[in-house]
Amino acid sequence: MSYQVNGTAVEHDEEGYITNLADWSKDLAEVIAKAEEVEMTDEHWEVVNFLRDYYEEYQIAPAVRVLIKAVKKTMGPDKGSNKYMYELFPYGPAKQACKIAGLPKPTGCI
Amino acid sequence: MSEVVKKFLYVNRKAPYGTIYALEALEVVLIGAAFDQDVSMAFLDDGVFQLVKDQNTKEIGVKNFSPTFRALGDYEVTKLYVEAESLAERGLTEDDLQEIVYEDEDDDWAEKPSIRIVSRDEMAAVMADQDVILSF
Amino acid sequence: MSTLHTVNKSPFSTQTLLSCLSHAQDGDAVLMIEDGVYGAAKGTGVADAVAAKAGKVSIYVLQGDMAARGIDAARLIDGISAVDYAGFVRLAAEHDRAQAWL
Repeated sequence: MSYQVNGTAVEHDEEGYITNLADWSKDLAEVIAKAEEVEMTDEHWEVVNFLRDYYEEYQIAPAVRVLIKAVKKTMGPDKGSNKYMYELFPYGPAKQACKIAGLPKPTGCI
Repeated sequence: MSEVVKKFLYVNRKAPYGTIYALEALEVVLIGAAFDQDVSMAFLDDGVFQLVKDQNTKEIGVKNFSPTFRALGDYEVTKLYVEAESLAERGLTEDDLQEIVYEDEDDDWAEKPSIRIVSRDEMAAVMADQDVILSF
Repeated sequence: MSTLHTVNKSPFSTQTLLSCLSHAQDGDAVLMIEDGVYGAAKGTGVADAVAAKAGKVSIYVLQGDMAARGIDAARLIDGISAVDYAGFVRLAAEHDRAQAWL
């Protein structure tokens, strides 16, 4: 199973998470988002970039409540809420945002 | 959901890469943190090697999970007990360990150290004070 | 005739390293790999036993396993040298047999 990005195939697992984290690119993110029926806006990118920074620093994708708490601290209470996250990523920030960010499924996410 | 908060201690006695125990323990802690219990971690015997700074796993082709310990504060895991005697037997001091801090919500988000160096007797007392002990 | 011994267990959790050192003969080589590399650091509970043997057998430690565990070359016991994977192969070729102490 793979995504097609600029003529190359990028492998993913049965849930759509890419297999090799190094394959990620902004173009790929757009392709994954399209498959998830998410239209990427600046607000979406803000969360995706946040997740990528978190992964870069700690080598894990944060649990949803950890993500929300951290976003609240860095981007303010308006954005650090369940409601805001689910408006951006209706099937859940962990499932969709992490997938678009090219990260593995968060630990403990069923 | 039960409102009862129990004290959980995860005991780490294995070095980080020779076996899968250390990584598995860390994953269980991160998952278990969702249940809002009073979680502590103990590092003794070869478990103290998990917290050594400047780990670089590039040449052995496995994931370096030592940075993940620094995320534990976000998961409200803020008590990492490290046994002084175990460090000394391995030629290590606190300075050989990476710095791990958490932000104290009740103290205006002040950064505080998560690592607490304790003696073997103090570690025994920490263990005796728990409701549940999970060993790795 | 000589033997290359490899040790892959932490000397603080098993007797493997000490047993290996007491069976290694003069002219043999001991290579610490995986968790065995913890035996190469100065100032530990086993450092004296390792240092005492270092003159009679050549002791090596695998560079990649050392780096993974945050052991800097400056912390190695005097007389122990680090080798890379190519060095591991060379040691295996230089000796008549290899014995893995598990």
